[in-house]
Amino acid sequence: MNRAKVNQNINLDDYNDIWIIGEQVDGKIHPVTLELIGEGKKLASKIDKRVVLVIVGFEIDKEVEQLLNYEVDEIYYIEDVSLKEFSTDGYSKAISDLILDKKPEIVLVGATSFGRDIGPRIAAKIGTGLVADCTKLDIDEEDGKILQTRPAFGGNLMATIICPNNRPQMATVRPGVMEKSNFSKEIIGKITKINPKLAASDFRTKLIDRYDPVQKKVNLRDAKIVVSGGRGLKDADGFKLIQRLADVLGGEVGSSRASVDLGWIESDHQVGQTGSTVKPDLYIACGISGAIQHQAGMVDSKYIIAINKDPNAPIFEVCDYGIVGDLFEVIPELIESIEEKQI
Amino acid sequence: MNLNFSETEKMIQKVAREFAENEVKDLAELIDRDSIFPEDTFNKMVKCGFTGIGIPTEYGGSGGTDIEKVIVVSEIAKKCAATAAILSIHGIFGQAILKFGTDEQKSKYLPLVANGGKKGAFALTEANAGSDAGAVKTRAVLDGDNYILNGTKCFITGGGQADYVMVFASTDTSKGIRGLSAFVVEKGTPGFSIGKIEDKMGIRASETVELIFDNCVIPKENLVGVEGKGFKMAMISLDGARIGVAAQAFGIAEGALEEAVKYMKERVQFGSPIASFQGLQWYIAEMATKTETAKWMTYRAASLRASGENHTKEAAIAKLNASETARFVTNLALQIHGGYGYMKDYPLERMVRDAKITEIYEGTSEIHKVVISRAVLG
Amino acid sequence: MKIIVCLKQVPDTNEVKIDQKTGTLIRDGVPSIINPDDRNALEEALKIKDENDAEVVVLSMGPPQAKEALKEALAMGADEAILVSAREFGGSDTWATATILASAIEKIGGFDLVICGRQAIDGDTAQVGPEIAEFLDIPQVTYAKDLKLLKDKLQVRRFTEYGDYLIESELPALITAIKELNTPRYPTIENIMRTYTKEVENSIKVWGLEDLDVDLTQIGLKGSPTNVYKSFVPVKSNNSSIIEGADAKEKAGTMTRILSELNLI
Repeated sequence: MNRAKVNQNINLDDYNDIWIIGEQVDGKIHPVTLELIGEGKKLASKIDKRVVLVIVGFEIDKEVEQLLNYEVDEIYYIEDVSLKEFSTDGYSKAISDLILDKKPEIVLVGATSFGRDIGPRIAAKIGTGLVADCTKLDIDEEDGKILQTRPAFGGNLMATIICPNNRPQMATVRPGVMEKSNFSKEIIGKITKINPKLAASDFRTKLIDRYDPVQKKVNLRDAKIVVSGGRGLKDADGFKLIQRLADVLGGEVGSSRASVDLGWIESDHQVGQTGSTVKPDLYIACGISGAIQHQAGMVDSKYIIAINKDPNAPIFEVCDYGIVGDLFEVIPELIESIEEKQI
Repeated sequence: MNLNFSETEKMIQKVAREFAENEVKDLAELIDRDSIFPEDTFNKMVKCGFTGIGIPTEYGGSGGTDIEKVIVVSEIAKKCAATAAILSIHGIFGQAILKFGTDEQKSKYLPLVANGGKKGAFALTEANAGSDAGAVKTRAVLDGDNYILNGTKCFITGGGQADYVMVFASTDTSKGIRGLSAFVVEKGTPGFSIGKIEDKMGIRASETVELIFDNCVIPKENLVGVEGKGFKMAMISLDGARIGVAAQAFGIAEGALEEAVKYMKERVQFGSPIASFQGLQWYIAEMATKTETAKWMTYRAASLRASGENHTKEAAIAKLNASETARFVTNLALQIHGGYGYMKDYPLERMVRDAKITEIYEGTSEIHKVVISRAVLG
Repeated sequence: MKIIVCLKQVPDTNEVKIDQKTGTLIRDGVPSIINPDDRNALEEALKIKDENDAEVVVLSMGPPQAKEALKEALAMGADEAILVSAREFGGSDTWATATILASAIEKIGGFDLVICGRQAIDGDTAQVGPEIAEFLDIPQVTYAKDLKLLKDKLQVRRFTEYGDYLIESELPALITAIKELNTPRYPTIENIMRTYTKEVENSIKVWGLEDLDVDLTQIGLKGSPTNVYKSFVPVKSNNSSIIEGADAKEKAGTMTRILSELNLI
């Protein structure tokens, strides 16, 4: 096989359009798709380009049609019976062939377990660079190239990456970061069906079975977000509220020793000197006074938010942001406003 | 003279440190509280070859010497003294077989206790024979092809779990210590049973029991070495065991020092971390100095033993000094923690309790002073 | 069978600190470790070796110090170690790295399976594995959390956000490992003592530019299609700030806006 190459002195002007590689399973559209459209439109407005959505699948016409309501200029719907289920070989070949044919300038992929599987495979097939897991995209005002910012070294450093001489400029984008495109009644775009050229021999893997997502065990140490509750919850039911906040944030539930000792929650949730030591990106302490034993287990979190009625609670000395107030009032409001952001 | 760790030793230290952090640390509080023998951790130590250090590879051991053993035992003791004690004391049986056993005994027992997952114990002490080993009352009487054992041993570390116990018994009561002989007694031998299980102040996860021998019949070939050499074998074994205790002790001190340093940086009083207060800084300086001294004296004794030189004095000095250091450092580390140190939320109160045993077992500090002064005065 | 494991030596990012004055990473005194996911990759290869008759070759690209990681891999039980190292390889992005590693894998040859960690903790890109697979023109299964070797193929249980997928792949194939795949073993004392000797250190092959069939326009800083334009330290204030507001609703709204600005939601 001939390997693709980079740095082939291509004519950058041959490349147009901003492409979003959408993600769907069983016709259910992954939210990152709408986030990428939203971000694509933002970039498009700065460099006057079209936003094109690429969707791969089989017999999902209705779902694809609904995506026209998100202000895309065109949808390439790559449809084939062999693409009903995700496959690295099938999806990456079909998308790569289309990229080589249509020459987009920018290609954005969701940094999901599928996007991160086919993203690099596509980049390697077509001969271009790929920036992983971006949390911010921007356009260089001078030459119109895309500035792709991402965390490195466990978030200790941010790096802005460019892909100056190769096209398309490709990035995978972290889900949940960008703002979703708005639903609009007015449809500006159209759907173009693409029939991919795929042979049975292109598929070297086979899907044997799919399993339902399992209820995961508490994994505080690896959690990116931890929402913890303490004595201020008043009783075991208080943890239902903590669980709801953790759910909307996609985080884990932690607790102080007090609430474990009171029997409100199992000990594997305990954060602190005798429990787990956690280092999440975000730690929210609700109704926890912040005794030093508790601090020992969470003080290295990147951001700490404290919600407590007592303005003199020691937790307010280690937090980055503090809300003085009744957690039973603040948390429901917080859940509501976060949910609004996410829809 | 070279007092630096080699690449190999550094790597062993790194692995032991990771092991202690990942497999030992989180269990320490629980197994102390409920006096649980950490079976699972022991088996993991077997897998890593920790239990086979000092036993040559041809007998299924890991190779290496007391130096590697000190590295591993001390790293584990930093996180849990009881687990370190279990490892260290288990090793004495294999070392004694290696040194004094017949070829048959070596090929039979060493592969099993080195990295085979079987456990060993060492039974010398009796109710009236502590520091005075010559007062051993347990008797072994030759009867045809067997010895008949009668007597009771006490304070035997790991005796309840052990698959094989090296038991010291008198084969000739008229000769005092020169009448002592050593035997291997296997678990399940009729007449061999476990008596009282002690409820201890510290190293609570390491079980300490009474062993009872009631007309216990053991085959003649289980005699280790020859009759009457038991006392000498016991003393030589204890030289090695003392290095093990010294390793536990300076490991506990290192662990307590780390806890104190961490706490002093976290804890804020009068508007600044308490690490900025000179009174406490001086504590740290004293703790570090003593710990460092204890550590290198232990390695000195281990290195003498590793090269086959006499090390009775050095092992005794290392053990005496390291155990006193462990008490000193854990006490100050607890003091630095203030009221929190007295609570079970922090590991210091356990470390203080655990440290104390190092001044008592495998020879009390006082006995060590006898050993040392004898060696110095000649 | 022959299994090649790609592993990277990385700074322990848990220990990385930021110099708040200069805004740069303090790398001094930060220990280098085998990248955690790569450790799972190696463990899986060693498990296969335990049960079958397999040869495990570990491959790393990096500066000469990366030999340390390879030595550790040998102590864990790998049979052979190869370090790919040359000045010209420096500054490689994922494309260039995958190009170099793929060419080293081709040179090793005769492999049935390549196992990589999903991603390295210093870069978190998760790209090098799939790019190697593409350059080698072999199938891949990423995010592997369970792996079973059948006669002439492989069954992999793969993580997805939608629940696990059980995938069967032809061999040779490339797998990327996540930590759910296994629990990496510790090197045994005996293996450490056997491995940390001059002979074993010298047995680690070091391949430079002249040993590999690589196109200079595709590797190193110059051949990399992506470049770092700038890097910076995310700002974090040291002070606590109390969220003001008339009522819970207003405070919650402000908090949410801040969370959003910080990319936390």
